[in-house]
Amino acid sequence: MEDIEKPFETKEMTISMGPQHPATHGVLRLVLNLNGENVVKCTPHVGYLHRGIEKLGENRTYFAALPLTDRLDYISSMNNNVGYVNAVEKLFGIEAPSRAKFIRTMVAELGRISSHIIWLGTHVLDIGATTPFLLAMAEREKILDLFEELCGARLTVSYPRVGGVRNDVSQKFLDQAYEFAMKFDARMDEYETLVTENRIWKERTVDIGIISAEEAVNWGLTGGTLRGSGVDYDVRKYFPYDAYDQVEFEVPVGKKGDCYDRYLVRVGELRQANRILRQCIEKLPEGPVLADAPKFTLPPKDMVLKDMEHLIHQFILITKGPTVPEGEIYVGTEVPKGELGFYFVSDGTGRPYRMRVRAPSFIHASVLPRLCEGGLIADVIANIGTIDIVLGECDR
Amino acid sequence: MEPLQIAEKIKERFPEEALAIREFRGQVSVTVKKDRIRDICRFLHDEPDLFFDYPVDLCGVDYMGMKESRFEVVYHLYSIKHRHALRLKAEVPEKDARIDSVLPVWAGVNWHERECYDMFGISFTGHPDMRRVLLPEDWEGHPLRKDYPVKGPEKEWSGFLDVLERSKKYRRFDWQG
Repeated sequence: MEDIEKPFETKEMTISMGPQHPATHGVLRLVLNLNGENVVKCTPHVGYLHRGIEKLGENRTYFAALPLTDRLDYISSMNNNVGYVNAVEKLFGIEAPSRAKFIRTMVAELGRISSHIIWLGTHVLDIGATTPFLLAMAEREKILDLFEELCGARLTVSYPRVGGVRNDVSQKFLDQAYEFAMKFDARMDEYETLVTENRIWKERTVDIGIISAEEAVNWGLTGGTLRGSGVDYDVRKYFPYDAYDQVEFEVPVGKKGDCYDRYLVRVGELRQANRILRQCIEKLPEGPVLADAPKFTLPPKDMVLKDMEHLIHQFILITKGPTVPEGEIYVGTEVPKGELGFYFVSDGTGRPYRMRVRAPSFIHASVLPRLCEGGLIADVIANIGTIDIVLGECDR
Repeated sequence: MEPLQIAEKIKERFPEEALAIREFRGQVSVTVKKDRIRDICRFLHDEPDLFFDYPVDLCGVDYMGMKESRFEVVYHLYSIKHRHALRLKAEVPEKDARIDSVLPVWAGVNWHERECYDMFGISFTGHPDMRRVLLPEDWEGHPLRKDYPVKGPEKEWSGFLDVLERSKKYRRFDWQG
C-alpha cells in the first residue's frame, strides 16, 4: 500500500495514434507527447488520402469534374455536388429552374441527415455506446435506398447537374421520402433518449474541448463546430442558395462551445433538416428540371439518344467545354461538415484555370492541437469525434 | 459596407500598395503588392467598421506565362458581424517566392499557408512550422504548378520504392522457422 501512495516520477512519452486507429474516422495520424495521461503536445499528420482533386479538376471540363466532387466528403456526396454546381452556375451566369432548386434542397437535406446520423453513431461509439451506432446505420440505409430510387447510385451519386438536376423525381420517391420524414422525428426522440441525458455521455463531453466564439471564428471553423460556440453563421441563412430562402428553418446554436454543445447543435440540425425536407416535398412546384440555356447545360439524355444535333452538342460540351466568361468566383455552401467553398479562376476556355476546394475538414483537423493539448488522452477521442472530419475531404 | 467602398478604403490607406480593383459577378478583388501584406491584413482585421474576423480561405494561383509576376496568393475574407466579403490578392514573383505569413492575424490560415508552400513552393516568412502538409517531406516538386505533369513525376517517390523493396524482403518470410 505504501508503494502506491508514494509519488513516482513520470517520463514524457511519444506515441503515434493512427492512421489505422478506428476512432480517427479514416486515416488521420496524431503524434501525441504524453506525460502520464496528459497530452503535452499533439501533432496531426494528414495527406494519406491525397488524390490531387484540384489538379485533376484543372484538366477536365466543368461538367466532367463533377464526379470528382463525390469523392471529397464521400458520406455526403450529394451536398458536395450541390455546392459544385452552384459555384459553376454562378460563374456561367445561369440559374436553375424553381423545381430543380427545390429538388436540390431536398436531396441536400437528405444528405445532411445521412451524414449527421453517421456522425452521431460513430461519435457515441468512440466514447463507448454501441446501440445508437447500430440504429444510426439502419437509419442511413433508408436514405441510401431513397438515393438509389432517385438516381441509381447510393454513395457517389453525381445527381445534380450544372443548371438543374439529372432527372425529375418520381412519385414513388416523393412518397417514400415523405414517409421517412414523417417518422424521423420520433426516431430522433429515440436516439436522444439513449444519449442526451445519459450520465456517462455527459461526463465524457461536458466541458471538454472548449473553444470561445472569437477564437472559433479566428480559427476559421464553420458548421456545427462553430455554432456550438454560439455564432449563428450558417451559409444557408447568410447567402441563401437554391430554395433555402423559400423554406422556414432555425439555426441551432450552443452557448459554451464544448463537445456537449456541439452535440446538441448537430442534433438540432437533424430535426431542422427534416423540417426542410418536409417543406420541400409539400411545396415542390411543377416545371422543368434543367435550365433553358443550351450553351451551358448538357442536353436531355433522351434527346441525345434520338437526335444527331443533340448528340454533337453533348460531345462538344463534354470534350471541349462551354465558352465561359473570364473572371474568378468564390461560392460557399453549407455541407454537413461546415462551409465547402469552390474558387474558380476562369481564363475563358472550357476548363477552369484554377479550381480550389475550401474543405472544412482540413481546417477542423488543424484545430485539433488547440483542443487536445492540456487535456487527457481519453478526451482526444471525444475531440476527434466532435469536430466531425472526413479525411477524404481533408486531403482532397 | 459595400465591397467597392472597402476596396477604396484600402486604396486610401495604402496608396502605394493597392495595384488594381476588379469586380466580377458582384465579388470584388483587390490586388496588392506583397511587401506590406501583414499590415494590410492587420488593418482589415482591426478597423472597427471593416472587422474581417473570419479567414475563409487562402490559396495560391500559378499564372505561368500569363502575368509578369508568376504567382498570386489569394485571401478570401469575411466579416460575420458586418456581413461583407473581400478577396485580396498579393502578387508573388517566381524569383523571390516568399511572402509574410498572416498567422499572427488569423490562426485559421495555419495549414492553408503550409498547403500553399506544399503545392506552389511559396514560403511564408514568420510561419513557425513551414513544412509540407499533404505530401511527404521528401517529395520533389510542387504539384499545382502549371509545369508539373498531371500524371505525376517520371520517377517514383523514394518512400514508395522503399515499401516495394521491403515487401519483396518480407515475402520470403519463413513462418515455420
